[in-house]
Amino acid sequence: MTPSTPAPAPAPATPSAGAVRQRVLVLYLSTSALDSHVLGWSLYDGTGRTAPTTGDSEEPPYATGVAALRDGWRLIQASQLVPPYPGHEYDVSFLKHEFFFEQLVPTAGAH
Amino acid sequence: MTEKTRTEHLLNSVQMAHFVSHGAIRLDAVVPEELNDEAMRVLPAGVPPVPYGTPVVGAYPEGSFVRRLLAVPRIAGAVRSLVGPGPNIDHHAVHVRGPREGEAQPLHADAIIDVRPDAFDVQLMYYPHAVTLEMGGTLSVPGSHLRRTNESDTGRYQNLRGQDRLVCPAGTVVFLHHGLWHGGRRNDSDTPRYMFKIRFNPTVRQRLLWDTSDLTDPRVAAALDTDFPWYEQATGRLERYQRVLMWRALTGDDTFDLDHWVTRVSNRPQEATT
Repeated sequence: MTPSTPAPAPAPATPSAGAVRQRVLVLYLSTSALDSHVLGWSLYDGTGRTAPTTGDSEEPPYATGVAALRDGWRLIQASQLVPPYPGHEYDVSFLKHEFFFEQLVPTAGAH
Repeated sequence: MTEKTRTEHLLNSVQMAHFVSHGAIRLDAVVPEELNDEAMRVLPAGVPPVPYGTPVVGAYPEGSFVRRLLAVPRIAGAVRSLVGPGPNIDHHAVHVRGPREGEAQPLHADAIIDVRPDAFDVQLMYYPHAVTLEMGGTLSVPGSHLRRTNESDTGRYQNLRGQDRLVCPAGTVVFLHHGLWHGGRRNDSDTPRYMFKIRFNPTVRQRLLWDTSDLTDPRVAAALDTDFPWYEQATGRLERYQRVLMWRALTGDDTFDLDHWVTRVSNRPQEATT
């Protein structure tokens, strides 16, 4: 295969009046119920105003998934309930109860 | 380091049970000050690599800094307890988190997914200077070592309840099970943070290698039954199941159990011999 010049990266979108950016919150809960308590949390900030990262906080932003809803976060994805693979019923692996939330935040350029 | 000295500093059964439940054991300020001072002169230049699987005696010349580090009695005793005599060096590395470097490592386990039920590697992590919260000490997640995940596939997890953000005095050594989720945190200070890591591969069966005089101490079962606040309600029970299997492998006692977790689901009376 011949090396080729990579395509130029698309120009960053310029915020326009009324533009919004997405903030994403991931909560890991104790059971599959959205009102069970938070075990783990991650934040990703599309506005660039903050830079959350690994190991940056000790206490979760919300006690339960429902508490995030009440604060205005919109649930956009919940992990499915998947039966264990036969023969692996006792294995432990990734956290099972993962919930993705979003906020749409006006950017600095928005009026 | 005489055999007697090494034996006197073996881990006990309660400490080994702590290792099985937590996936780590920490020895605070175990390295003498003069050796820590020497480390801060030696480590910035790096430690030359050795081929994978080199015996300790071949990896580090007699009298070298690393050889003397490994001869610190409590370090030698812990290594002996965890991986036995004559381990091989998988690899070693000097890890530096630069001042205000702006990034943390994603949460990961080293190497590749490793699900051996009856053997484990151990990683020694040595901190030659005091580590403050701002200096990006290693993040680790107690009790994560038995989760079957591959390297940084756990990178999405930023924070978990009960995580350990290492803050320690100079000369602290932490021994990690190979599967423990961990990562270097972002260094928000003006000081570089050093850590020297050595991964050991056992060359003997890892069974009853520690001081077993307290094997029946009730604190052994209590340590094995430790709960962690990041465990899901249901999966936390499976964690106990997995620890029982590991303790059985380490002791050879196939009757050991915690709250009947393994015994109950292994009961097949129709297959019992008469």
